[in-house]
Amino acid sequence: MSTAIDTPPVTTEEVTAQGKARAKRGETLAGWAFAAPFAVLFVLFLVVPAVYGLYLSFTGETLTGAGSGLVGFSNYVEALRDPDMWKSLGNTVWFTALSTIPLIVLSLALALLVNLGLPGRWLWRLSFFLPYLLASTVVVMFWSWMYNPKLGLINGVLAKFGAEPIAWLQDPRVAMISVVITTLWWTIGFNFLLYLAALQNIPEQQFEAAALDGAGKWRQLFSIVIPQLAPTTALLVTLQILASLKVFDQIYMLTNGGPAGETRSIVQYIYESGFTGYRFGYSSAISYLFFALIVLVSLAQYKLINRRSAA
Amino acid sequence: MSTYTLSRGIKQTHKPGENPWSVSRMAALLVLAVLAVTWLVPFAWAVLTSLKSEADAGASQITLNPPDGLSFEAYRKVLSAGDIPSWAWNSLITSVAITFITVATSALAGYAFSRVNFKGKRLLYAAIIAAIIIPPQLLIVPLFRQMLAFNLVDTYWGIILPQAFAPAMVLILKRFFDQIPVELEDAARVDGAGRLRVFWSVVLPLSRPILAAVAIFVFIGAWNNFLWPFIVTTDADLMTLPVGLQTVKSAYGLQYAQNMASAILAALPLVVVFLFFQRQIIKGIATTGFGGQ
Repeated sequence: MSTAIDTPPVTTEEVTAQGKARAKRGETLAGWAFAAPFAVLFVLFLVVPAVYGLYLSFTGETLTGAGSGLVGFSNYVEALRDPDMWKSLGNTVWFTALSTIPLIVLSLALALLVNLGLPGRWLWRLSFFLPYLLASTVVVMFWSWMYNPKLGLINGVLAKFGAEPIAWLQDPRVAMISVVITTLWWTIGFNFLLYLAALQNIPEQQFEAAALDGAGKWRQLFSIVIPQLAPTTALLVTLQILASLKVFDQIYMLTNGGPAGETRSIVQYIYESGFTGYRFGYSSAISYLFFALIVLVSLAQYKLINRRSAA
Repeated sequence: MSTYTLSRGIKQTHKPGENPWSVSRMAALLVLAVLAVTWLVPFAWAVLTSLKSEADAGASQITLNPPDGLSFEAYRKVLSAGDIPSWAWNSLITSVAITFITVATSALAGYAFSRVNFKGKRLLYAAIIAAIIIPPQLLIVPLFRQMLAFNLVDTYWGIILPQAFAPAMVLILKRFFDQIPVELEDAARVDGAGRLRVFWSVVLPLSRPILAAVAIFVFIGAWNNFLWPFIVTTDADLMTLPVGLQTVKSAYGLQYAQNMASAILAALPLVVVFLFFQRQIIKGIATTGFGGQ
């Protein structure tokens, strides 16, 4: 029934509606065209492995394919009963606790000192930041040499003071501390830099006002500087805890998780289950248990930070 | 994005009337010097060892004057073995590709999120935010099996592709684009320029500093990444520097001078780049570290 005569005159409203619909389609097309290159990589190399890993965690998949097929929650049950899994998880949490506190406190102290405006500023900045640019392998080579029980510099210096040599990486009581020291040396530069940037953004007037009120330098530190840095501190603590929980490189190469599993991290246990034991299903199940922990930690931090900024 | 004043140079924080040579300032200087020296010792000790003969390096006496003197012999041996230059080349190719693809895809996607109202935008955006907390370390097993299926194990693309996108960088760039006044783009669009033209000739030139910051951050991460290249390469000819060095570490065994020479050579490229572009790199890391704010 569509002759030219019968067709009612098109209202301007309809024209704009049609135009709008077309514009909307155009927008969607343009949006996806721009987002597509990223979206393709994102789906292929993050969403797919994440879903595939979840599927694997419910299978008995191994390298040879033996015992494959769905096994329900048995990987999860096994992981929760696995003392090695708990030991690695405990080590990881212990490493996180030991490393996060000095990485925050010391980086703040370094930034405050460098920010005093003493001469040689670029040299201080360079010294503390440089290790952050090194690959984990290089860091480990330097420190394995420093910690070498017979030839290392640390025991050499200790010997000059008549102290007994310490088996830095072999002694179960010391190994984790050694790993933490290396980590501190390697990664403090990032936190230091962020604190330094935040310090320089504190308005000068605040100090002038405080000085007029008769507040000394130490008073100013606690009443102005540290409160002003609170958002930076919250950010750094969040980043630091999440980074420390994922520790792998330096421990794997310094101690290979030893002695006797005393320093093995959870990521190393995931790696070993998957690539040494070839138990892909089991390894994936531990990955997902650990992921649950990361989500919990992230949520807890999100709540804490939001509550603080709301207060 | 606020600007940080890190590059402003020496900022005098003492008041004009205050004595710059006061006892407390001297004490702070002393503490700073002790800490800085402590931080530089592992470097210095590695350099010194690398310049010794193997016999001196393996002697237990700590001395700054080794009997055999100092030479570049260990460097010559390590370089003529040829592995390190080829690993450095692999690192360079893969890191440049990762950086280029990450910056390009993040900028395009960030622009779409900032300016275009498309169907599915909110879902994709939520997925990206959720993805930020997924540690890539947890995906190694499924990702490796995927690479086997794609035939990408022991290839450059196998190293590059899983590292060539960064959800966090998309968010950083989106936030930056949000702050560019839309009027600037409208003017160009009235003149008939399409979206891609506007993006290329209006938005990108305004975003150079943040793009540089993202590129620096991604490049350093890619150059130093260990776990993924370690898993996806078994062929020594395709290893990146951090992965290849890890094999040297055990192969050289007791040749401490050559061991340290390799480590120094591996550290050198980024350290030299840093010395030249200190300001830009520091600013870039501070900006991306704060999430682009």
